[in-house]
Amino acid sequence: MLKLDQVDTYYGNSHILQRLSFEVPEGKCVALLGRNGAGKTTTIHSIAGLTPPRQGSITYKGQPISGLPPYKIARRGIGLVPQGRRIFPSLSIRENLTVPAKDSRSTESSRQKWTLDEVYKLFPILKEREHNMGTQLSGGQQQMLAIGRALMTNPEFILMDEPSEGLAPVIIEQVGDIIKKLKETGLSILLVEQNFYLACGAADEVLVMNKGHIVWKGTPQELLANEEIQHQYLGV
Amino acid sequence: MSVTTLTMHLLNGLAYGMLLFMIAAGLSIIFGLMNVVNLAHGTFYLAGVYIAYYFIGRQFGFWLSMLLSIIVVAILGVLMEKLLLERVYGKELEQVLLTFGLSFIFADVVKWIWGTSPLTLPVPSGLDVSADLGFMIFPAYRIFVILVGCMLAVLLWYMENKTRVGAMIRAGVDDRDMLSALGINIKVVFTCIFAFGAGLAGLSGVLGGPIMGMYVGIDSEILISSLVIVVIGGLGTWKGAFIGAIMVGVVDTLGRVLFPSFTMAMIFAIMIVVLLIKPNGLFGRGAHA
Repeated sequence: MLKLDQVDTYYGNSHILQRLSFEVPEGKCVALLGRNGAGKTTTIHSIAGLTPPRQGSITYKGQPISGLPPYKIARRGIGLVPQGRRIFPSLSIRENLTVPAKDSRSTESSRQKWTLDEVYKLFPILKEREHNMGTQLSGGQQQMLAIGRALMTNPEFILMDEPSEGLAPVIIEQVGDIIKKLKETGLSILLVEQNFYLACGAADEVLVMNKGHIVWKGTPQELLANEEIQHQYLGV
Repeated sequence: MSVTTLTMHLLNGLAYGMLLFMIAAGLSIIFGLMNVVNLAHGTFYLAGVYIAYYFIGRQFGFWLSMLLSIIVVAILGVLMEKLLLERVYGKELEQVLLTFGLSFIFADVVKWIWGTSPLTLPVPSGLDVSADLGFMIFPAYRIFVILVGCMLAVLLWYMENKTRVGAMIRAGVDDRDMLSALGINIKVVFTCIFAFGAGLAGLSGVLGGPIMGMYVGIDSEILISSLVIVVIGGLGTWKGAFIGAIMVGVVDTLGRVLFPSFTMAMIFAIMIVVLLIKPNGLFGRGAHA
């Protein structure tokens, strides 16, 4: 569904993504693991159009999307749950959910139509506190808001950047459950994580990244069995 | 100074503050949302008043001329944003040079067409009387300007806080990249806001014409006061622009009466005090890259 082929992305003069190639099949959750500075967030930003790649191609449903402005990529059906959640502090919880643009073009019947009510059904706490400001929520609730906000664009594909960051273990488990629930609705997911166990629990396939490219690829079970990779690239 | 005189100066200051508010509101939101310091914003004021003068001279009447002038200035804003500013987003020095240069060019165009002698707009008929406030007599037109300013403030407050467009603008001031990653075409938002801010400054020019007259140079005077207001009120908020404009308008007017040579110094003193206490301005939410 999403395919990166020989992608090179720079921040100024630093060469962050180096001939990065991988694929996320439709309806699957692929986890991207790696240490700080491995290029995980840059990968997400390259796909979302926030830091467009200098070379290589990114195709989504067979169509090239690299070079498109972020809003066009979002409207093609790619939702972003960014690192640090990036809730709009000046907006109420409800406004955080109603500001995103709806994808009106999509007519596919398989695609779940996310509405405010649907998001509130998935995260009842957001409805309870809908008139509070987004930043008055706890970390876990803010993560739910960030996910709900991305769902409001009616994506078929979700980019999730470190959803476990800064959350208590019991909340991280909930996040894992949410990811599985989203997958059941037919969403494809690229999950960037530092949390090894969350990633292995939620993903169908795991990619390990180091210095801007993929150094290992396999199933969660294979990774759990491979202590060398865990030790060398993940510091587990 | 008697209470009546003081009240008169306060009302004059309020009227002036409302004119400044209409300019500073646009300047502040353009600054906060687009990160553009539009040093040509005073030009929209200048264009507003001179274009209205042109139409009034062609017997269009005050109100129709005002409407036409706002439309023309807003179109001017769209052209400026689409053709020039769009090329220099994210490049602050270029923006300063570009917008400052544009303000000189427009000032010269105005001199070329209308000359350098000060002109004035007629007070629209019906408002060219004095209103009896019970304890004093005050020009009805200035009261009208104060009312328009207050109504605009309420309208802008409503738009900012109660509509989806307003929420989008607040979100854009918070985090532009995130907003575009949610499928919002931020460029269209920028153009609309720029045109809206230009039109608002144009309105201020037309309304200010009968009070302050018009001459080349008023654009930079207005711009400096508006920049001070934006600093006092904080970036990207109508509320800050409103409170800041009233402060500057009243202090400026009272200062001219009480100690003429210190007026400008007093306005800057207020700005310094505000900056010392609240570095982001009274209602500012802090700068972002």
